[in-house]
Amino acid sequence: MEFTAPDIDWAALLPLIIVFVGGLLGVAVEGFAGRAHRHMVQVPLTVATLVLALAAVVLVARDSQGITAAGAVANDGPALLLQGLILSLAVIGVLVMSERFGGQSADAFTQAGVSVPGSAEESLATRLGATTTEVYPLTLFSVGGMMLFGMANDLILMFIALEILSLPLYILTGLARRRRLLSQEASLKYFLLGAFSSAFFLFGATLIYGFAGSMRFDVIAEAVRTGVGMDGLLVPGILLVGVGLLFKIGAVPFHAWTPDVYQGAPTPVTGFMAACTKVAAFGAILRVFYVAVEPARLEWQPILAVVAALSMIVGAVMSVRQSDIKRILAYSSIAHAGFILVGLLALESAGISGTLFYLAAYGFMTIPAFALVTLVRSSGSEATHVSQWSGLARRAPWVAAGFSFLMLAFAGIPLTSGFTGKFAVFSAAVAGGGAWLVVIGVLASAVTAYVYFRVIVTMYFGESHGDTVVITPSAMTTFAIVTGVVVTLGLGVMPSPLLELTQQASQFLR
Amino acid sequence: MTVLETSAGLHLVLADASAVRATDADGFAALGWLMIALPLAGAAILLLGGRATDRWGPLLATALSWASFAVGVGVILQLLGLPDEERSLSVQLWEWVAAGDLSVDVGLLMDPLSLAFVMLITFVGSLIHVYSLGYMEHDPDKRRFFAYLNLFIAAMLILVLADSYLLLFVGWEGVGLASYLLIGFWNTNPAYATAANKAFVVNRIGDFGLITAMAVIFASIGALDYATVHGSADAMSQGTLLAVGLLLLLGAAGKSAQFPLQSWLGDAMAGPTPVSALIHAATMVTAGVYLIARSQAIYDLTPDARLAVVVVGTITLVYGAVVGCAKDDIKKALAASTMSQIGYMMLAVGLGPLGYIYAIFHLLTHGFFKAGMFLGAGSVMHGMHNEVDMRRFGNLSSVMKVTWVTFGLGWLAIIGFPFLSGWWSKDLIIETAFIDQGDGAWRAWVFGGAALLAAGLTAFYMSRLFFMTFHGKARWADDVDPHESPLTMTIPMMVLAVGSAFLGLALYPTGILTAWLDPVFGHAEHPEPVIPVLAIQLLVFALVVVGVALAWMMYVRDSVPQTAPAGSALTRAARQDLYQDELNETFLRRPGASVVTATVEGDRDLVEGGLVGKTTGGLGGLSDLLRRTQNGFVRSYAMTMLAGVVVILGAVWVMQ
Repeated sequence: MEFTAPDIDWAALLPLIIVFVGGLLGVAVEGFAGRAHRHMVQVPLTVATLVLALAAVVLVARDSQGITAAGAVANDGPALLLQGLILSLAVIGVLVMSERFGGQSADAFTQAGVSVPGSAEESLATRLGATTTEVYPLTLFSVGGMMLFGMANDLILMFIALEILSLPLYILTGLARRRRLLSQEASLKYFLLGAFSSAFFLFGATLIYGFAGSMRFDVIAEAVRTGVGMDGLLVPGILLVGVGLLFKIGAVPFHAWTPDVYQGAPTPVTGFMAACTKVAAFGAILRVFYVAVEPARLEWQPILAVVAALSMIVGAVMSVRQSDIKRILAYSSIAHAGFILVGLLALESAGISGTLFYLAAYGFMTIPAFALVTLVRSSGSEATHVSQWSGLARRAPWVAAGFSFLMLAFAGIPLTSGFTGKFAVFSAAVAGGGAWLVVIGVLASAVTAYVYFRVIVTMYFGESHGDTVVITPSAMTTFAIVTGVVVTLGLGVMPSPLLELTQQASQFLR
Repeated sequence: MTVLETSAGLHLVLADASAVRATDADGFAALGWLMIALPLAGAAILLLGGRATDRWGPLLATALSWASFAVGVGVILQLLGLPDEERSLSVQLWEWVAAGDLSVDVGLLMDPLSLAFVMLITFVGSLIHVYSLGYMEHDPDKRRFFAYLNLFIAAMLILVLADSYLLLFVGWEGVGLASYLLIGFWNTNPAYATAANKAFVVNRIGDFGLITAMAVIFASIGALDYATVHGSADAMSQGTLLAVGLLLLLGAAGKSAQFPLQSWLGDAMAGPTPVSALIHAATMVTAGVYLIARSQAIYDLTPDARLAVVVVGTITLVYGAVVGCAKDDIKKALAASTMSQIGYMMLAVGLGPLGYIYAIFHLLTHGFFKAGMFLGAGSVMHGMHNEVDMRRFGNLSSVMKVTWVTFGLGWLAIIGFPFLSGWWSKDLIIETAFIDQGDGAWRAWVFGGAALLAAGLTAFYMSRLFFMTFHGKARWADDVDPHESPLTMTIPMMVLAVGSAFLGLALYPTGILTAWLDPVFGHAEHPEPVIPVLAIQLLVFALVVVGVALAWMMYVRDSVPQTAPAGSALTRAARQDLYQDELNETFLRRPGASVVTATVEGDRDLVEGGLVGKTTGGLGGLSDLLRRTQNGFVRSYAMTMLAGVVVILGAVWVMQ
């Protein structure tokens, strides 16, 4: 068998290349730059890489749409939009990670990830002023994987992208400075369960290969359409691949890791992870279900609908009794995964554009929400218990106002992006015949609204909590928070530009 | 243009709804959005700028308000250059909501009606900005006050310039918010904060009407912009039209303090006096009249809803007048009078094409004389240590000359002294109410009679207010040293007094008003009232004289006791706002509270208690139950996942 090198459209891959090269440079910086300078070099390098990649998406990759690399990569409207979204969110995510609260060392991240908590090595690292600046190249690699995830047009490439995006996240999760045991436990859990779900994905991919004789989505789609007599392999294959993907978005019943990992991970990482992973994973889900196996929709649609309903119900109900802000946000992420799935199930272009819009809205409200969580502290570490936020409005009116606004957006109150997003996915779902899902969605929204309002009421009408302090953030974190809030408001007041963009970009190349 | 022949042989030429004819604005009018943007920017700068803007913020806010007025004048000049039927311009700003069938653009409609309001809002509003420079001079938080004033102006302009019910609703809520913030401006005083809350709650009832009206309109027409709704109003069934008309009336009643939602206005007087002048006399409370006048295309088709408007207006105008006769608090007496005067406007809009123009006319003149009197009341309070009890005033004419003269002109205007502003506008409404529109002469007698009677009451209670404050024996305490207010306060009062005196003369006999508004409302020939016009005018005048004379005898000739006498049953009832709070308490709040209590209890059972198992559970219980699966062990998480996979595959296997 003769091997011919595939034809590769480098322009389409330019953003990816920039991100990976930036990541490698970051590794080199770790090796060569002095300890004192690393942070100062890494942050601008990372932000510049992301901005450059964003520019490449808009200026270069947009003009070379098409399927390339022997059918393994699809550079089309949804892929480009997702890449742009991931990069934009990553920029503000990285800005939040760089927060040092005026001190010399990164506050959110441990001094030395390898040291045992409380050991002599750790105190040595502290004395030497060590910081974990590895988080920046790791973030870049993860971003690269996420970008590839959304454009993979082939199950093997998709699997590789899944691993590229996941592995750095497992490490990042374990790097929290405070409560390190919790953080490391979360990291291990995330890794084990992630590996478990990857196995399902691979198993599913194998079954689909057995059915279609190819990993490429276009060939799979053709095989599903014509039928090749191996139907017994197809549906389990689709669903097992789906399991691997649904795990990443934290849909029920593959959600169990979410609260623990969101709580354990350093808060800036949680924000980044919650926003960007969700965008990337939904990109992959959209492509698998809309491009590869769309003709078999009658087989998988009911299952996915049940998953969406369960996610909304469980996410909403579980959040009722939570008393930790980060866990509330984690369950809200599960519920939102369900809401977005509702839009995805509409199976028409309005569904795609609604899903994309919701992802943007959710990403831009999640990162600032977690960033605000990092500011509220008690005796040196984050105060994440709801009771510690009591009476916050009197002490820090801006933080309380910002967080309340984001809570309203999470709840889907009009004039926030949350409302527009829910409206977009729910109306698409009603048009697509999923009215019962919308009913569940609206009820779940009502339940979650109760939870969010409780937080607001606590902040505004509760008795002040004694030792809670609110720290003034750096300009970069402030920028990230303000950007998120402004986008959330902007998409609520004037959603049309982005809605139009998502509508234009809702055509998958097959 | 449609020509309508009514059973009584009235000849009405109805204009096509203004919005339907609107063409895209060009030239200066395309900048019409500046009218809203300028004060909005002012509010943003003052609120976000913080203490840095303390020094120049109030001046900036005042300047921006005047700038908004200037833009309005510019637009009017451009409109004057156009033929009558083309005087309706629209500015499309951006696409707001585009989802499925619902497509709403944010756009402005600039026609004679909306611009008449723009002139009133920006002119009186700017004067009140100037006045507040003096009145609030020593308030540490005056920057915030001016920010809210600017916010109010912007919201009010959104309300009147909107080209769809949805955008109108944005302004509607915006003025509600600004009003709430301003009533509760001195929120350190719990009573004031309660008043703000009361206004807020009562207004929500009105909003419910407006929202439901919008829902009904959208369900039957599929659009919310005026052009589509008014253009195809006749496509709605009679029942729907009636429902929409009544629901809009409910909304209007909430905002304009009309029966039965009038209770909040008196309490809203807790706010700083310039606010009462601007919001609760001149502008915001007339939004209901605007809403109904703007929706004429709907009301023209549903006489029953119009009758409801007339009834509400008539009840309120009598009600306000009765309450006004007993109040000793100068601001509350003025508030009752406002309620009553808006009742006149409601009555006029309810009379249909015959009355629209007079309603707007009275609204404009009332905006001037009532704002002027409120500012005068503020000036009195300013000089009297914030005393509001008129029984502690008296003989202030000797020390506050400017206030006395300007207030006096407002007083003469409102009681309908011949040839002053109020005489023109109120008499026209009374005459129109006496016209038999072919639906039964009894109506003309009832509504006209009530309006006539209330004119006499108006003369009595306004004269009572005027005499108790400015004449008779001085009854103020020894440590009070009444003095005239500074020029920043008296100049706006003088300007408004000039308007109170001559606005009517300038607008009506010259034909300016009818020429300006006819393109919007159509031209209507006025048939003869059931009694001759001259007789009505003489009757009104006679009643006014009786009212004034009675007030003179009771409050100038006889001495006024410093504590209110017990009074007759009617007086006592009127002092208590005819027991409206008690009625609300019995018929609205108590049942409402029990519904809420029941809901809360149900909520507690459902959210906090539960249903899982036998009685426990609910969401909280379910949450607890589900939480048990979240036990922290990675092995059980993996089990959950595996179970999920098995169930899914099992389901597929069963389905196949």
